[in-house]
Amino acid sequence: MNHALPPASSRDDVSGFSNVGRVRWWQRGFFASQTAYVAIALVIIMIVMSVLSPAFLSPGNLANVAKNFSFVGIVTLGVTLVIVTGGIDLSVGSTMALSAIICAMTMQAVAGTSLDSIPVLGMLISLGAGLATALAVGLVNGLLIARAGLSPFVTTLGMLSIVRGLAYAVTEGRGQAPTGPDVDLFYGITDGNLAGFPVAIIYLLVLAVLVGLVLHHTAFGRHVFALGGNEKAAALTGIAVERVKIAVYILSALSAGFAGILMVGWLGSAPANLATGYELTIIAAAVIGGANLTGGVGGPAGAVIGALLIEVIRNGLVLAGINAYWQIVLVGVIIIVAVLVDRLRTLRLTL
Amino acid sequence: MSLLVLQDVGKEFGAIQALSHVDLTIQPGEVVGLMGDNGAGKSTLVKIIAGNFPPSHGKILFEDREVHFTKPVDARSVGIEVVYQDLALADNLTAAANVFLGRELKRKVGPFSFLDHSAMNLRTAELFGELKSETRPDDVVRSMSGGQRQAVAIARTRLSKAKLIIMDEPTAAISVRQVAEVLDLIRRLREAGIAVVLISHRMPDVFSVCERVIVMRRGLKVADKPTSQSSPEEVTALITGAKEAA
Ligand SMILES: Nc1ncnc2c1ncn2[C@@H]1O[C@H](COP(=O)(O)OP(=O)(O)O)[C@@H](O)[C@H]1O
Ligand SMILES: [Mg+2]
Repeated sequence: MNHALPPASSRDDVSGFSNVGRVRWWQRGFFASQTAYVAIALVIIMIVMSVLSPAFLSPGNLANVAKNFSFVGIVTLGVTLVIVTGGIDLSVGSTMALSAIICAMTMQAVAGTSLDSIPVLGMLISLGAGLATALAVGLVNGLLIARAGLSPFVTTLGMLSIVRGLAYAVTEGRGQAPTGPDVDLFYGITDGNLAGFPVAIIYLLVLAVLVGLVLHHTAFGRHVFALGGNEKAAALTGIAVERVKIAVYILSALSAGFAGILMVGWLGSAPANLATGYELTIIAAAVIGGANLTGGVGGPAGAVIGALLIEVIRNGLVLAGINAYWQIVLVGVIIIVAVLVDRLRTLRLTL
Repeated sequence: MSLLVLQDVGKEFGAIQALSHVDLTIQPGEVVGLMGDNGAGKSTLVKIIAGNFPPSHGKILFEDREVHFTKPVDARSVGIEVVYQDLALADNLTAAANVFLGRELKRKVGPFSFLDHSAMNLRTAELFGELKSETRPDDVVRSMSGGQRQAVAIARTRLSKAKLIIMDEPTAAISVRQVAEVLDLIRRLREAGIAVVLISHRMPDVFSVCERVIVMRRGLKVADKPTSQSSPEEVTALITGAKEAA
C-alpha cells in the first residue's frame, strides 16, 4: 500500500472534482437569501408608490422616511447581532428611551455649572452618560443570559419593563429637553444634515458597514455566527461563548442608546414614552431582512433593507390617508408574509 | 516515555457508574481501537481525556506529567484533539471556517486584526488534499454529505500539531469508499508519529488499522491486547460478555 502523503494540492485541484454538485452562483450567498428578494420587493414597492403618489418622491417626504427608518435601522443592526447568536433582545425600545432621557437630564444638570467654561465638555459627558446607561442595560442582559443561563426572551422582556419603568420614574413622566451652551451643537450632530443628507442615515450606513466588517472579517464576527450555528461546537473549539454573548447584548443596547439620543435631537425632547413598541418593529425589520430567529443567519444589509421596507410601507399608508392604527396591523402581516415566503422558498429548494 | 497514562480512572453521573477503575497507556504513534457496546463508557472515557469534564477519581498523565484538564482547550494545548461522534461543526459556516473555528488566521491592519480568508481557504484545501477529500473550503457544511463532514472534522485535528487524536466513531455514518479513506488517513497519521484512539463498532476497521484493541463493558476495561493476538470473534465475545475478560 502506498502511504506517502500526497503533495499539497492547490485550490484548483480541489475544485476540480466533477462528481460533487456545485450550486450555481445565483443559488448561493446573497442572491439566494431572503435579503435579496426583500430588496427586490422594496424596489418594486418604491416604484409603484412613486407612480401612485407624486408626494412620495418629494424631498421633504424622502427626508422624513430617511430619518424614521434610520433610527429603527441602527437598532436593527445591533439586534441582528443578538439574533444571529440565536438570542433575542426585547428591551431595546425601553433602552432607547432611558438613554435618551439620561442624556438630556445630564445636559440639564451640567448646564450652568463650571463645566460650561470648557466648550463641548458638557455635551460629551451627557452623551457618555446616555451611552453608559445603555451599556449597563446590555451588560445586565448579557450577564443574566450568558452567566446565569436565563432565557433571552424572558430576561429581555423583564428588562423591557424595568427600563421603561425607570424612564417614567426618573422623569416623573415629564419630557426632558436638552439645554446648555452646546445645545445647538447637539442638535447639529443628532438632527443636522451632512452634504444634504440627514446625519441619521449617514450614521446608519457607516454603522452598517462597520457591522458587516466585524461580522464577516473578524474572529469575533465568526464566533457570533458559530454560536448561532452550533453553540456546543463553539464551546468545544474553545470560543469564549459567554464573552461573545455578553458582547452582543452590550452592542445591541448601545445601538439602542445611540438611536435614542438621535431621536432626542429629532423630537427636541426626551419623553418617557419615547420609542414605545419599537422593539417589535425592530425585530420585524431584522426578520424581514433575513435574520433567522433560530440563529446563525443574518447581516447588516438585511437589517437596513428590512427597516427601510417597513418604513416605506408605513409611509405609503400615511400618503394614502389610511388610519395610523392599521400600520401596526400591517407590520405584523409583513413579518408573517416574509417568513412564509422564506419557508416556501426553502421548501422549493430542498424538494 | 508513554504518551498518555490513565490510572484508576472512574466517573459517576449521580447514581450511574459510567467508568470504574480504568487503567490504560497509549504510546506515541500507536493506533489503538476502543470497542464496547452502547453505554459501555467509551464516550465518557474520551470526554475525560479531552478535558470535557474531570474524572471523579484517578489520575491522568500526559508525557509523564500529571495533568488536570478542566476544559477542552486545556487538553488541546498539550496536543490532544478529538473528532466527536456528533461532529461538533457549525452547519451555517463554511468548511474552512469550521476547520479554523476558535483559532482563526488573522492579518493585522493597523491596530485591527481581520480574518485572513485566503490563507485559511488555502490551508484548508491543502488539508483536504491530504485527506483526498472532495470537499471545498468555501462550501457550507449544511450542504455536505456525512463523509465530507467527517473530512472537515478530521481536518480540524490536523491543523494543530496534535500528538494524540481521538476519533469517536468516525466511520459510523459514511460511505464504504469514505471509510477506506478515513482508515487510510489513520495510517498516515501513524506514519507521521501521531497516536490515534479509534472508537468503532466496526470490527474490520479496528482489525485493519489498530495495533491494539481495548474493550470496555459497563464502565470496566475487560481487555487490552495486540490485535495480532486476538480475533474479531474474541472481541465480539468480550463486548457482549460471553467472555468475561482477556
Ligand atoms: N452526561 C451524562 N449524564 C448522565 N449519564 C451519562 C452521561 N454521559 C454518559 N452517561 C451514562 O454513562 C454510561 C456510559 O455512556 P457512554 O460513555 O456514552 O457510553 P458509550 O460511548 O460507550 O456508548 C451510560 O450509562 C450513559 O447513560
Ligand atoms: Mg458513544
